[in-house]
Amino acid sequence: MTVPAQIDRTGPLDRARALAAFKLGDRTFYWLTRISALAVLCILGGIILSLIVGAWPAIQQFGFDFLVTRRWAPQLSPSPVLGALGPIYGTIVTSLLAMLIAVPVGMGIAIFLTEFCPPAIRRPVGVAIELLAGIPSIIYGMWGFFVLAPFMTDHFMPAVIATFQHVPLLNVIFAGPPSYLSLFNASLVLAIMILPFITAISRDVFQTVPPMLKESAYGLGCTTWEVVKNVVIPFTRAGVIGGIMLALGRALGETMAVTFIIGNSFQITGSIFSPGTTISAAIASEFAEASGVHMSALILLGLLLFVLTFIVLAAARLMLARLQDKQGK
Amino acid sequence: MTDLQIKTDMSHAAAPSTGVRANKLEVRNLDFFYGESKALKNINLSLATNTVTAFIGPSGCGKSTLLRILNRMYDLYPGQRATGEVLLDGQNLLDPKLDLNLLRARVGMVFQKPTPFPMTIYENIAFGIKLYENLSKSELDGRVEHALRGAALWNEVKDKLNASGLSLSGGQQQRLCIARTVAIQPEVILFDEPCSALDPISTAKVEELIDELKEKYTIAIVTHNMQQAARVSEFTAFMYLGELVEFGQTTKLFTSPEKRQTQDYITGRFG
Repeated sequence: MTVPAQIDRTGPLDRARALAAFKLGDRTFYWLTRISALAVLCILGGIILSLIVGAWPAIQQFGFDFLVTRRWAPQLSPSPVLGALGPIYGTIVTSLLAMLIAVPVGMGIAIFLTEFCPPAIRRPVGVAIELLAGIPSIIYGMWGFFVLAPFMTDHFMPAVIATFQHVPLLNVIFAGPPSYLSLFNASLVLAIMILPFITAISRDVFQTVPPMLKESAYGLGCTTWEVVKNVVIPFTRAGVIGGIMLALGRALGETMAVTFIIGNSFQITGSIFSPGTTISAAIASEFAEASGVHMSALILLGLLLFVLTFIVLAAARLMLARLQDKQGK
Repeated sequence: MTDLQIKTDMSHAAAPSTGVRANKLEVRNLDFFYGESKALKNINLSLATNTVTAFIGPSGCGKSTLLRILNRMYDLYPGQRATGEVLLDGQNLLDPKLDLNLLRARVGMVFQKPTPFPMTIYENIAFGIKLYENLSKSELDGRVEHALRGAALWNEVKDKLNASGLSLSGGQQQRLCIARTVAIQPEVILFDEPCSALDPISTAKVEELIDELKEKYTIAIVTHNMQQAARVSEFTAFMYLGELVEFGQTTKLFTSPEKRQTQDYITGRFG
């Protein structure tokens, strides 16, 4: 072996031993990371499995009808009638409505913060938004119940109902009587809760746009709006959609605040001003006193939420792939 | 050509006029500030129509800053301000009431690194045209092709106009950016170290292109590469520490500079 003299002084054997120790460390590290990664898959699989096992009696009893039955009557004996259509409807309506409000507002705030905001107030506003994300959901629920819901119900809803009472379709969506506990109020609270996510993530990804790229667009004579629309948003599309999906995931599963304010009614009326329920609110409000097939049905609801969230994430991936194709490879 | 005695210490440095060409841009008594610090000190010079003027000098001497004044790019950033006059065809473009979008349509810019927009090659060119003109599809196609031909890129991309602009090589991307700038038919084109991220072959192509473009446009180019300045420009400005040290015909500035600092810089003794 030709070992340079300087290294030889410590002895080639020491070097070999040190290398062997490193190798052991490397291998340990490799296995630790590998086990961690596998553990995630195991936990995921375990949750799905236990949900299926728990839901099995309900699956056997109701089958596919569970998805299309509107009636939720656990007290009927000997055989209760349980259908998930109400909670599924409520979950989808509240989440979509919340997104409809929060996405434009959140992206608007992010655009303001990155493109227009004077540096002096950029930080305070940014910190305020991050604080908003840290508020526990029960507090949103209480605030929604005691402050937001009364205000909207007394002042906003009657006006909307009166405005649209003769417009077809809209007079169904905005039908009275106004209710404190309603899909609309729940959506509004949800929108406020997910707003910081959309804002913070959009702002962070907007900041990744190279200044030179923006300057290039300004250099062609673009207005700020044209730069945002044609350069900033396309450049950050994947990140923004990721943030929106994260927020949608949270909206679909949010429990505490919604349970407070949605009314926990399994009726489907078509009006967003009337009470409803969501999957997670139904589980939270009934889990304590449920047993037998009622309990199994609640677990099946949980499984449905799991599937719903999975579908949303898959759809997001698909959409992203489509967009990338359109943009050109 | 003996009337080219340019002295920057003259308060109104005469344009390096050949006697026939009008000046497209005239910079008069220009000072520039980043917040409190003064980055440009009393700059006076002129860019003659349909010529290439190169700006050389060590990093931080203010040559890019000067370029970014000519299309008011500095306006994007709070705390930066310019005083003095910059006349484009006699109109002061430092006027706060000036419409910046229209100014930038007249004064285009190509940057240090290629910055294709996140869209297809076709859209990269069509985007700028559509900001100003409402053309039919076939007219637009024609303009896109014309711009790409003008940037010597057409033959390389004509079969993949719907591919992403980002799929091109660095040199092609930079020529795409030049095509994009040319497409909206500006009067002046500013190049801010356009070849600093390119290999020698791409650099040669871009330089060739600049040589062709001066037939139609007035060109200002900032470069760190003195050979490049010597190759592409008719006039050269040497700047140092925010001051214009010497400005004159390129051949003269490189062969018999008047100032000691200029000589030191072009012979590589400092900078």
